Amino acid sequence: MVGGFGVGKTTMVRSVSEIRPLSTEETMTRAGIGVDDTTAVRGKTTTTVAFDFGRITLDDELVLYLFGAPGQERFWFLWDRLFAGTLGAVVLVDTRRVQDSWYAIDRLEHHGTPFVVARNNFGAPQHSRHQLRDALDLPPHVPLVDCDARRRDSSKAVLVALVNHLFALSFARETTP
Amino acid sequence: MSPRLHDENPDRLYTITGGRSRVVDDGSIDLVTLIVSESEPSAGMQSEHARILRICRRPTAVVELSADLELPVGVVRILLCDLLDAGVVTARHPRTSHSPDALPSPELLKRVLLGLQKL
Ligand SMILES: Nc1nc2c(ncn2[C@@H]2O[C@H](COP(=O)(O)OP(=O)(O)O)[C@@H](O)[C@H]2O)c(=O)[nH]1
Ligand SMILES: [Mg+2]
Repeated sequence: MVGGFGVGKTTMVRSVSEIRPLSTEETMTRAGIGVDDTTAVRGKTTTTVAFDFGRITLDDELVLYLFGAPGQERFWFLWDRLFAGTLGAVVLVDTRRVQDSWYAIDRLEHHGTPFVVARNNFGAPQHSRHQLRDALDLPPHVPLVDCDARRRDSSKAVLVALVNHLFALSFARETTP
Repeated sequence: MSPRLHDENPDRLYTITGGRSRVVDDGSIDLVTLIVSESEPSAGMQSEHARILRICRRPTAVVELSADLELPVGVVRILLCDLLDAGVVTARHPRTSHSPDALPSPELLKRVLLGLQKL
């Protein structure tokens, strides 16, 4: 789950996770941050970023891990780590602050990580779905769903939408020579 | 967020890692790598090492260890390297797609869907 501050990432991870609410921290030396980060200081200052995680046991053999990470640009090094081996991402959007999601969407597209966009319910939306797609510059094939991250069934439906999207992509790839 | 993590005394982290700040970043231990104990804690072992051995009697993901121990993932990685070097734990790596545009198979995704729908 990625998105701006206060968009509901922690809430969503917690509402679907089977384990007690968990968060932890990743440390990175500044040297590991990479060339894109113009704010990076030379040397070895340690940066610590908190992120949420949750777990869902799917069957005897499969466990799904959920990670909630801040969506701001300065955290992208954390994403690269979280995204290694990830199935896909949920971009949470608060329609009052659509611009907070731009960077996340851009980065995911660039990275080739499949994702869905979930419009979190913070009261009556001020935009139609069409307007929201426009504002996010969302490609037509990317699903846009509504949710209330506080509700388990609603958060679960977002995960199902993501996996359905992945299934369609994977199926198409297998059947196209 | 756990306030304890944020208020962490840097001295404590320094002591735990023996002052090493090296981030084990070769990709060999990722957040969902499962760690399994291969022996029991021994007398005189550093307490964090002993705790890891006890927790990992059941295979435990690195990220869960980090939360249980209330230590940042980077510190846990350093501790795990010690234990791996000593041969008292083993690491089981998740099946991951290393190419960014590699998708899981439709069969695997079906199983994920079935599992989610049962929630
Ligand atoms: N109305 C409404 N509030 C929500 C929803 N999801 C989260 N919140 C609230 O928004 C606040 C910020 O949520 P949080 O999960 O901490 O955001 P994060 O910064 O993305 O982790 C909390 O007070 C939540 O209770 C939602 O779907 N609807
Ligand atoms: Mg949060």
